[in-house]
Amino acid sequence: PLRRYASPGIALARSAEEPSATTEDGGESHRHGGGFQMVQWEWSYVQTPYIIAIWILVASVAKILFHFSQRFTTVVPESCMLILLGLVLGGIVLLTSKKQLYQLEPGLFFLFLLPTIVGDAGYFMPARLFFDNLGAILLYAVVGTLWNAFCTGFCLYGVKLLGVIDQKVQAGLMEFLLFGALISAVDPVAVLAVFEEVHVNETLFIIVFGESLLNDAVTVVLYKVYMSFVEVGPENVQTADYFKGVASFLIVSIGGTMVGLIFAALLAFITRFTKKVRIIEPLLVFLMVYLAYLTAELFSLSAILSMTFCGIGCNKYVEANISQKSRTTVKYTMKTLASIAETIIFIFLGISAVDKSKWAWDTGLISCTLIFIFVFRALGVVMQTWVLNWFRLVPLDKIDQVVMSYGGLRGAVAFALVVLLDAERVPAKDYFVATTIIVVFFTVMFQGLTIKPLVNWLKVPRATNRKPTINEEIHERAFDHCLTAVEDIAGLNGYHHWRDKWEQFDKNYLSKLLLRKSVYRKSELWEVYQKINIRDAISVIDQGGNVLTSARLSLPSMASRASFPEVTNVTNYLRENGSGVCLDLQVIDNVPGAKVEEESETHHFLAGNLYKPRRRYQSHYSRHFMTVGDHERQDREIFQRNMKSRMETFKTTRHKRHSHKKDRSQKKAGIPKRNDWISCGGASGVEDEKGEHLEPEKEEDVGITFVARKVPDTPKERPKSGVSEPSMAPPSPTCSERNLPWKGGIGTLPVCVSMEATKIIPIDLQQAWNQSISSLESLASPPGPVEPLHPASAPLQAGRAEEGALSDQEQELQPLMSSSVRPPGPPPPPPLAQGLGRRRNPCVYLRSLVTAPPPGSEPLARSRGPTQL
Amino acid sequence: MNWPLYVTPAHIVRLYDRFEALDKEKTGHLRPQDFGAINRLAMNPIGDRIIGAFFSPGQETVDFHSFVRILAHFRPADKKHPKDPSMPEPVNSRTSKLKFAFQLYDQDKDGKISRAELLQVLRSMLEMQVTEEQLESIADRTIQEADLDKDDAISFEEFRKSLEKVNIDHKMSIRFLR
Repeated sequence: PLRRYASPGIALARSAEEPSATTEDGGESHRHGGGFQMVQWEWSYVQTPYIIAIWILVASVAKILFHFSQRFTTVVPESCMLILLGLVLGGIVLLTSKKQLYQLEPGLFFLFLLPTIVGDAGYFMPARLFFDNLGAILLYAVVGTLWNAFCTGFCLYGVKLLGVIDQKVQAGLMEFLLFGALISAVDPVAVLAVFEEVHVNETLFIIVFGESLLNDAVTVVLYKVYMSFVEVGPENVQTADYFKGVASFLIVSIGGTMVGLIFAALLAFITRFTKKVRIIEPLLVFLMVYLAYLTAELFSLSAILSMTFCGIGCNKYVEANISQKSRTTVKYTMKTLASIAETIIFIFLGISAVDKSKWAWDTGLISCTLIFIFVFRALGVVMQTWVLNWFRLVPLDKIDQVVMSYGGLRGAVAFALVVLLDAERVPAKDYFVATTIIVVFFTVMFQGLTIKPLVNWLKVPRATNRKPTINEEIHERAFDHCLTAVEDIAGLNGYHHWRDKWEQFDKNYLSKLLLRKSVYRKSELWEVYQKINIRDAISVIDQGGNVLTSARLSLPSMASRASFPEVTNVTNYLRENGSGVCLDLQVIDNVPGAKVEEESETHHFLAGNLYKPRRRYQSHYSRHFMTVGDHERQDREIFQRNMKSRMETFKTTRHKRHSHKKDRSQKKAGIPKRNDWISCGGASGVEDEKGEHLEPEKEEDVGITFVARKVPDTPKERPKSGVSEPSMAPPSPTCSERNLPWKGGIGTLPVCVSMEATKIIPIDLQQAWNQSISSLESLASPPGPVEPLHPASAPLQAGRAEEGALSDQEQELQPLMSSSVRPPGPPPPPPLAQGLGRRRNPCVYLRSLVTAPPPGSEPLARSRGPTQL
Repeated sequence: MNWPLYVTPAHIVRLYDRFEALDKEKTGHLRPQDFGAINRLAMNPIGDRIIGAFFSPGQETVDFHSFVRILAHFRPADKKHPKDPSMPEPVNSRTSKLKFAFQLYDQDKDGKISRAELLQVLRSMLEMQVTEEQLESIADRTIQEADLDKDDAISFEEFRKSLEKVNIDHKMSIRFLR
């Protein structure tokens, strides 16, 4: 095996062997007395997992604490703080037990901590960016690392001969070369930790980070080769051994990559068949990616390469195959694991430094190493960039080179490798360990601390955290095709030519094999389109949900717009019948999901506490309906005014829409446009999954499912309908009003079964009810063969009647409508209608109305309505 | 012939070889079918549009000068020689790159990408994978997003605006023409 480190079992056992001295468990183990004990102290039983859990807890708490101070964390990188914390903790342990008990165990590090970070990095690697810069990355990773390793090694040997390094450091050329090899590799953990806070532009980041991942093969081979050279002694090394070294490099790197790609293909293939067992999808992803790492390690290939390429390779297919929930789970779990692993690594690096056995200080060695790695890194970067810029479309300028040189951070990999050295064979091990610790601390802390000001000072272009708009997506695709075509015309097989070939191959063979049939038929651009829509809708809901009063919202994908008149309507739309859409989106994104649940909880809480006021309110209503009096008139007036403003909004938006869509609807006359229905259907599709524990929502599910049947096989999330169809928005209720039906959970309201819902409407509310419907119909119904009537031009009722004739459901609406027909002018129903009406989304209305029998007699309706409310 | 700084002499030599190779009948002009003979171009979803871009309206052939001029659009912008304000706008400027892309969409040359034109491009780029409805909603969304003056079409200004955050120089350049 390539890395001969202690197995993780030993690593854990090591900390387990000496439990009595740790701060948590000092001196408890003597208490085992004879006889039966009511409460037994089973420390030895739980010890190992307990200690691990405690450490993770410490790491998490540390993370939380650091982020308390916003100002502090923007200046000091987290990694620095964690190392400092580690130093403190190490000091405490050392003081209490006179001996360091914990250190970063190579076994633990390579088998558990590193894979979580690399797995996350590989899986979420921006593939296009990575392959666009693959040439540069490979050059820096291979040539750069070799250059660093050799130069550092030889020069250290040189200064040793010159006498700068103390004679106590017993090391020859081979030892220094070995040390050079392990200290020269840029470390992925450190780079990630530092660069994630700096936010340099993507190209720069991907080059440095890609290098840090791909140089693993070089480091591994060099380390292995030198180890064997040190073992046999430099004088016995034959020429053939150097060639073997080169061959082994090829095997280790290419083999590692192959293993990764094989596992990627396997994983993608397996996820094709998980439709019935969605629950294991995330697990499969973790397992296979981890197995790729372990398998490569098993064959002593480059495990990091293997895992990285497994992640990059499988991402596209796996993400398409697995469900949305699984995607979220994978993302969050990976990020959580990686973040905690990173935290533990840095804390343990700090702790490891507080160890007397490691304090073999040699100023000459340390300062020379620091200088050399910095100088050679910079030199290497400049020279390689000079070569690269001959070939690169976008040359790397001087600022980029400075950041790249400065970003050459060394980290835990170097430390773990140096700890693995055999002190028997490498007598200078202690010096090397001490030097490595200093180098790691210096690069992570000093450079990590100063890189941000440096980047600011140099005005390095930053990464924009902006998601591409649909325009950009489309046009960039067109650009790609364009460039491919131009390369073909100009007769050269350039990068775009090969990328196009690969895409063809992927489309014709790979995707067919690795993607589900249902997914394969979907277009990528369509997915992108949906994602953008969902993102917009989420942001709208986020803003609309938080700031109900704010009329103006900005959509992220429409950043360039100064004003966006429809947005207000979008908000209203989402507020109005949002809960369906809302829930749908929460499934897609976890964060608002939690929020809404919280809100509903708050609701239940409030409902409990605001019980009395509410009751009074209701009784007021019931009285109100029994006796038609001044109150009613007053209320009607209010409602009238509301309706008027509603109509105004509707008129303006409708008008716009009208002119917008005119030519289109004419073009495809006869084809009912179902998009809007689809949107509702899609919403329910996902909602069904979510809504299970939100009982009162059931009704909406049912209602929407009915709609979804129209297009059964295509659950499409299209919150866009909200965005694109400027909706006629009835006066927006407050958030709490909207959510009232949720209170059904605590029994104030009967669970709103659709039938009941209609029955309980008092007859004089039918008017308002129907109006809500009509408004929502026009919102939800397709601009089908007949353009929806302009509500301003045609009186509401008449307009609806005409429309109603179009579809079955609406025909069934007729009795309802006719029973409540009033003079078509100002619609005067009392405000309760709003309260009832706005709680349900349009589909539900329709549904409930379809199933509802014509309303009962007036008295019945009156008596039931208010009481049931 | 006077080459107004489109490309370097080395490029001209290279492109001339290519031009000769494409010009099967040695007329000194390329016709659309000469382009059509390029196999991979036939597979390109917007290949015919790009071929079309080589021919100015009404013309059936393209000579070497225009050939190079069109290809010069894809030259990366020259950072070392900052733009001379007195010079006319170079063909590889951001604006002319964008104009080139714009006219790939705008087939009727009315200065606007109409919904129908956008749909055509989308349809060819997405082939059979999407339903017409999906295409339409994508097109609607695209236009709605870019359309600032609400005329249901994307003008060049709007096109430019919608791509203002994109590094066109990176995305519309080919390395060999540096």
